[in-house]
Amino acid sequence: MKFTIQINTGPYTHQASDSAYRFTQAAIDAGHSIHRVFFYHDGVNNATEYSVPPQDDRNLQQLWSELATEHNLDMIVCVAAAQRRGILDENESKKNGKNGVNIAPGFEISGLGQLIEGGVQSDRLVVFGD
Amino acid sequence: MSNTKTFVYINRKAPYGTVYALESLEVVLIGAAFEQNVKLIFMDDGVFQLTRGQDPEGIGMKNFSKTYAALGDYDINQIYIDQQSLDDRGLTIDDLQALVYEDEDDDWNEKSSIHLVNREQLSDIIESADVLLNF
Repeated sequence: MKFTIQINTGPYTHQASDSAYRFTQAAIDAGHSIHRVFFYHDGVNNATEYSVPPQDDRNLQQLWSELATEHNLDMIVCVAAAQRRGILDENESKKNGKNGVNIAPGFEISGLGQLIEGGVQSDRLVVFGD
Repeated sequence: MSNTKTFVYINRKAPYGTVYALESLEVVLIGAAFEQNVKLIFMDDGVFQLTRGQDPEGIGMKNFSKTYAALGDYDINQIYIDQQSLDDRGLTIDDLQALVYEDEDDDWNEKSSIHLVNREQLSDIIESADVLLNF
């Protein structure tokens, strides 16, 4: 089965990102395919490379980045949600006159159309978080 | 993209206080370009999204309620309002703005996009969804 995963909440406060990560991994392990992972609302905060959780805690951003590399995942961060919350790639940073770039490897900034397209192309759109 | 799916958007939150109402409208309008079968449900506090006379200037927010009137131009004309939610909040259909579209199959006559529904009908609409987005 082909899945698109939508994540609406940031890491650590809620379990949604953890659950989405485990679901994605389990789906891949079971032989399903992941069309796209779409980070929306506060979910875009999963994509910051600047997060440094304690060493004995899981690092969700890193887990997602590794999963993306390992399985060539299409991980999209909603551009409007990202701009509001300070998640910037090189292009957005320059365009808005900012100094830093914090988007983590494996994540890519794009538009809401990618969410709709995911819904159209996938057998299931599974949403995590409010 | 040749396949058409039914997208059902459930709007359950007040227009201000959280970002969800605004974001939902954004997704609906962007999604319109994909020419899918789109249905919108307004229930719970979501019915307040369509109330007339909104003026959120005092809380520093933009009044985006006028944008709903454009939905008809985007061929989004299946809008379902939960009667129970209106009743629970002391609202009637007259408290909501009119949403209309021009019916191309009927000499472009202007028709209402709004349908008042009960919980049983709501469950059928939700059942009809291929993709369900909850805001």
